[in-house]
Amino acid sequence: MKILVCITHVPDTTTKIKFTPDGSKLDTTGVQFVIGPYEDYALSRAVELKEQFGATVTVLNVGTAETEPSIRKALALGCDNAIRIDAEPTDAFFVAEQIAHICKQNNYDLILMGRESIDFNGGQVHGIVGELLGIPSFSPVMKLDIEGNIAKMAREIEGGKEYLQAPLPLVLGCQEPIAEWKIPNMRGIMSAKSKPLQVIAPVNPQELTKSLSFELPPPKGACKMIPADEAEKLIELLKTEAKVL
Amino acid sequence: MSVLIFVETTEGKAKPSSLEAVGYGAKVAEMLGTSATALVLGDAQELEKLGNYGANKVLHVADSRLNTGIIQAYSNAIAQAMEKENASVLVLAKSSLADAVAARVAGRLKAGLASNVVDLPNLSNGFVVKRSIYTGKAFANTAITSEKKILAIKKNIYSVTPTSNTASVEAFTPTLNDSDFAAKITNTEKATGTISLPEANIVVSGGRGLKGPENWGIVEELAKVLGAATGCSKPVSDLHWRPHHEHVGQTGVKVSPNLYIAIGISGAIQHLAGVNSSKCIVVINSDPEAPFFQAADYGIVGDAFQVVPKIIEAAKKM
Ligand SMILES: Cc1cc2nc3c(=O)[nH]c(=O)nc-3n(C[C@H](O)[C@H](O)[C@H](O)COP(=O)(O)OP(=O)(O)OC[C@H]3O[C@@H](n4cnc5c(N)ncnc54)[C@H](O)[C@@H]3O)c2cc1C
Repeated sequence: MKILVCITHVPDTTTKIKFTPDGSKLDTTGVQFVIGPYEDYALSRAVELKEQFGATVTVLNVGTAETEPSIRKALALGCDNAIRIDAEPTDAFFVAEQIAHICKQNNYDLILMGRESIDFNGGQVHGIVGELLGIPSFSPVMKLDIEGNIAKMAREIEGGKEYLQAPLPLVLGCQEPIAEWKIPNMRGIMSAKSKPLQVIAPVNPQELTKSLSFELPPPKGACKMIPADEAEKLIELLKTEAKVL
Repeated sequence: MSVLIFVETTEGKAKPSSLEAVGYGAKVAEMLGTSATALVLGDAQELEKLGNYGANKVLHVADSRLNTGIIQAYSNAIAQAMEKENASVLVLAKSSLADAVAARVAGRLKAGLASNVVDLPNLSNGFVVKRSIYTGKAFANTAITSEKKILAIKKNIYSVTPTSNTASVEAFTPTLNDSDFAAKITNTEKATGTISLPEANIVVSGGRGLKGPENWGIVEELAKVLGAATGCSKPVSDLHWRPHHEHVGQTGVKVSPNLYIAIGISGAIQHLAGVNSSKCIVVINSDPEAPFFQAADYGIVGDAFQVVPKIIEAAKKM
């Protein structure tokens, strides 16, 4: 079995988002970049499947050289080799085209990624890759088992889960609790240094969307405190003042 | 040219978020000087009533194989409806199904897709939409430059007042192949009789401060009297005190209700990310230093087990 895991390199979830004064880009001062949490799940499941079936796991990122620490971390977690498409990931369609291009040359059985990146929250790369390759895609997938040529999955839906099965190959957008998050061990970290990382130039530099400017939400007004022994007054305030009841 | 709106149904009825999408799509059609067509897949009732929300026409694919949301088949049907209607814009309300489907339609039609759209597009210079990014922490103004455009809108961003207009209903039969149905849905587990969390106008959420699943009665009762959905923080679902689909935040469900009531939740940045677009936030926490108060509109410092019953009593009298 051959598995491809596509990862993002995004600001850590605790980041206080700020933009440059002209609002044209993220102010990255002091920002720590990590593998997106959804991809952490995808990676962990891929490594578990490798342990179960002896699969080869390739990690892929579309990004500039700055993303290499995240790629090395994925190798330390147990991926066998890595591909970096050397380009700024400007738009979902562009990223999906890069991934599809690599897939066409490699015939992966499973293409895993996160349900969405936590920077732009687009949640579209898996679906576009599926279309470009003409194979099914599912998201958000919270359970994945492989039996022969069939993937048995659970997909989260509003208020519950949907269980489904489909033949490989597939593209999946993953989320918890598809696997336990893994932390690289010392041996993994050491071996990651010598695992192959191929850097490839992008194809078809075409975008369908372009972000022109960024802004923060208006600051929140002060919180109105209600004494605990007058808690019942909340309902009246929500009705007459906030007008939400 | 036209605007197509994908209307998602549950048990044959349009979801409230889809009605919002119809109103939004009809407004976009008006801005573009064109008409709005709603698309409904699978068996459904009262289709002409989508006219109340602004649809000029309803395309109905009465194929019972589409009564469950098969992602491939849905995207294929939507792409064909786009072509038939010569639609330049597709509007859908974000959901587990609509997100997965929108992505495939984007790939198939080479359409620029903007997700989490929070306002009407600005057409003064191209086609620019404002969308929520960094899980609700910021916004981007994004130009969609492709000929076909897809807008996945966030809930509670457009208010539509229903009229008595009705829409004409037209049957539509897209060509669907066996391969569109290659994925088999073997079972669906869905909480019944409760209000769906992403669709809810009011959400009552509980955190680790409630100490255990046996204490969820007050959360459920408050939700019941307010007609609210119940939610929870991540550790609560990790500990299996509540089902995973109730987990709100960065790695869970993102909600944007009119009212979000947080009980015994500290307000970690990852939790806030999923709730910060709520119109009004109430925080009940025994710790006056809990960070959630900084994101709240109303706060009560106190023990949830004493405070919440008082609120339930007051709500019952409302
Ligand atoms: C990558 C990543 C992603 C994450 N994603 C999410 C996410 O999507 N959603 C999410 O929620 N978290 C998420 N988290 C976890 C998050 O950081 C917090 O750990 C979590 O939100 C805390 O949950 P809590 O507020 O219920 O618990 P705690 O932080 O333990 O807070 C409990 C609160 O209850 C209060 N309390 C205690 N007793 C009472 C009482 N009797 N009455 C009233 N109040 C009381 C306490 O003062 C405290 O503020 C994520 C973390 C990471 C690292």
